[in-house]
Amino acid sequence: MKIGITGLNNVDSPGPGVPVIRAIKDKYKSNCTIIGLIYDSLEPGAYMENVAEKSYMIPYPSSGLDSLLIRLKKIHEIEKFDIIIPTLDSELYGFVKLTPKLEEMGIKTFLPTLDQLNFRAKDKLYDFFKNSGIRVPKNILITSPEDFKKFEDEFEYPVVIKGIFYDAYIVKNEDEAISAFNKMRFKWGVPIIVQEFVKGDEYNVAALGDGTGAMVGGVPMKKLTITDKGKAWAGITIADPDLKELAEKIMDKLKWRSGIELEFVKEEKSNEYYLLEVNPRFPAWVYLAVAAGQNLPAALIDLMNGKEVKKFTEYEIGKIFIRYSWDLITDIKKFEEITVKGVLSNG
Amino acid sequence: MRKYKISSNLAISENGFLFYPLTGESFTVNQMGVQILNLLKKEEKPEQIISAIIDEYDTDHATAERDLGEFLTQLKNYKLVNEL
Amino acid sequence: MDKKVYERPVIIKQYSGLMNKFGGTTDQTPIKDIDGVSVKQLVEDFGSPLFVMSEDKIRANQRKMLRIFKTRYPKVQFAWSYKTNYLDSVCSVFHQEGSWAEVVSEFEYDKARKLGVPGEKIIFNGPEKSSSALIKAIKENAKIHIDHFDELYQIIEITESLNLKANVAIRVNMDVGIYPKWDRFGFNYENGEAEAALRRIVVNDKLNLIGLHTHIGTYIMSAEPYRLAAVKIVELFNKLIDEYDITLEYIDMGGGLPSNNTLKGQYLEADQILPSYEQFADAVTSPLFDTKLSGDKMPLLILESGRALIDDAGYLISEVIGNKRLADGRRAVILNAGVNLLFTSFWFKHKIVPAQDTGGFTENSSVYGPLCMNIDCLREEIVLPALKRKDHVVILNTGAYSVTQWMQFITMRPKVVMIMQDKTVELIRDSENLEYITSPEKLPEKLKEFSL
Repeated sequence: MKIGITGLNNVDSPGPGVPVIRAIKDKYKSNCTIIGLIYDSLEPGAYMENVAEKSYMIPYPSSGLDSLLIRLKKIHEIEKFDIIIPTLDSELYGFVKLTPKLEEMGIKTFLPTLDQLNFRAKDKLYDFFKNSGIRVPKNILITSPEDFKKFEDEFEYPVVIKGIFYDAYIVKNEDEAISAFNKMRFKWGVPIIVQEFVKGDEYNVAALGDGTGAMVGGVPMKKLTITDKGKAWAGITIADPDLKELAEKIMDKLKWRSGIELEFVKEEKSNEYYLLEVNPRFPAWVYLAVAAGQNLPAALIDLMNGKEVKKFTEYEIGKIFIRYSWDLITDIKKFEEITVKGVLSNG
Repeated sequence: MRKYKISSNLAISENGFLFYPLTGESFTVNQMGVQILNLLKKEEKPEQIISAIIDEYDTDHATAERDLGEFLTQLKNYKLVNEL
Repeated sequence: MDKKVYERPVIIKQYSGLMNKFGGTTDQTPIKDIDGVSVKQLVEDFGSPLFVMSEDKIRANQRKMLRIFKTRYPKVQFAWSYKTNYLDSVCSVFHQEGSWAEVVSEFEYDKARKLGVPGEKIIFNGPEKSSSALIKAIKENAKIHIDHFDELYQIIEITESLNLKANVAIRVNMDVGIYPKWDRFGFNYENGEAEAALRRIVVNDKLNLIGLHTHIGTYIMSAEPYRLAAVKIVELFNKLIDEYDITLEYIDMGGGLPSNNTLKGQYLEADQILPSYEQFADAVTSPLFDTKLSGDKMPLLILESGRALIDDAGYLISEVIGNKRLADGRRAVILNAGVNLLFTSFWFKHKIVPAQDTGGFTENSSVYGPLCMNIDCLREEIVLPALKRKDHVVILNTGAYSVTQWMQFITMRPKVVMIMQDKTVELIRDSENLEYITSPEKLPEKLKEFSL
């Protein structure tokens, strides 16, 4: 079974590709061959041992679907993929739109629909879950810094300023808001999301949906410490039946088909969970779920292969992950190979 | 056109990868670029390089001269060559 | 002996972080022909820059869109939005496909009439309608969409003084959750202005109220606002039946559907994030089944789609004037077509594709036009292979608004051709010349003489 996977950028703000590969290899061992699909010639996963047998450069989704498809076709001629798993937010729209074409080529994917992607988009979340019993912090979209004035009455500082794909800043006043807006605008374009700030502890759930509304499995985690970029550095699996029930309710409403990460804040005042974000792919910490007894990425492979997948009901509580860094040493020959030829063998 | 001297120990691979050990910078060049760099290594003068190009490729003197000039300016800006 | 194909030498520095984001090779295929006619031949015959319209594509777009709406709602009528592209040949293709005309000025109105569109098949929109235009339109039974109260009173005055009866609708604006809100056109729904206007119209026996119109914006990127707009229009429609016993002939949902062009500041390409036209059609049509009418009595749905029908049927062929290295090392390509011909490049990232084979080695480039002005930039950043002087490029999705918003500034506007369905090429607008530009000018006698 040949599987193409993206997101091998295992850096300070890591993509989920490497942990997803690790999980799949845990179960399928030598029965699978992993091909990395990378956007940057320095994505560590392409150089790491026992991760990808080979890695190919592919064009950024922002450079258009045509060139991505042409490139994938070329790689497919050589590799004959059975499955492709995109793992990054910003590429998903592209891959979802390419799904029929990939199917024609005989490549399986297991992705949400465009509508589902849109519902969970940061700017639509509030509206989508309105009147559903699932709390979501209020948010609005803005396209220019002047908009902060217009919405003065609707929000109280601090607020959270978020990019449509990535990044978030907590700002305490209009000046900070405008500066955050500008930073974000240059990086990710407009619109920018202004969101009500809910104070409390953060909780995350890594889960897998089968597309019918059922949650195949889901493991909640509390971040123990975070990096200065707000990414989990260490986290622990926790037992909270309320959180699991809430996650199931969300999955049922979304009818999610793929891996997913739900981000919550438990508000200090009310002790209620607020759904902050729905990330349309497995989180980079998904291997914690595997270690706790739920190999969600392997289950995703089974779903793609049409196998019957039993729902996970248990997981081990108190499992901890600690992310660490490790300096991989490689030779300039490898860097040259990927830079010039766009492919790197690591077998 | 002036003569240029290519920085010693610039590593040029046949498939167009350039590594400059002094600074740790790397570059990619197309095949025409590789060919010119190799000619520069042999200390060929710009006029000789231009003749070599128009002998082998379907182009005229003016185009080859103009493109070479720009290429050399870029190499100079990247500090990969010195003007003599 | 055949010589090898020459490619300009290129060197690209590798930066960590965005490694190869722009450099390296791509598999971009050149566009060597349009609808089976070679670009080279087109340039030889008609010069460059050259606008090219595809008859086949226009018809295909219109038929597809009509089918999408007709399979969802039984009574659909398109009205071609003249301002999007009012070349006679383009409008005529749409009229042959059965589209009415949607005009926003007296000039456009006259243009439609001159082409032979009957008055009653012209929708007259826009905030400015002169008295002379209104009198003409009223006499010819055009459908006049009233924009504001002063215009309403202007129409009442005309109909009374000339004893005429006018077919009118009002344009309604409303909050559908999008920014910017287009509340400067038409009567507002939420504050009751729209209803006040309708009340004023229905008591006047010289005004024949026949429809309701809304147009929520332009390049709308989600379908939901259309559904909200349709719901509100249907509420008004039903209210007129209930309270005034007036049944309108039509609901005009305007246009604003996006084309495949990507907006500046948008990270992903348009084709990745835009909903399909089917989704838009679902949103527009499903609330219409909630009018108090059914079967044959259901109101006609009018659509004024512009750019979605024409943008990808238009191409701009341009020639490379030169190449340049900017101070920061970036490559710049200078074309003989700039913002003077492609006004839309101020907000769209138009795709620019070479028209001949090139080397595979690409580079991040800026693309400039020929004007002596800093703003004349078609693309700040685009990945292009090395292009030589006199090479050609094809700029895509230029069918909408370019030949209506183009400027004559310091140069003359070029030819426009249409590739017909039988692959012949027709000149549909000749290039301008000095005579054309100067003939409206008047030079006072005492300025004629000078010696230098």
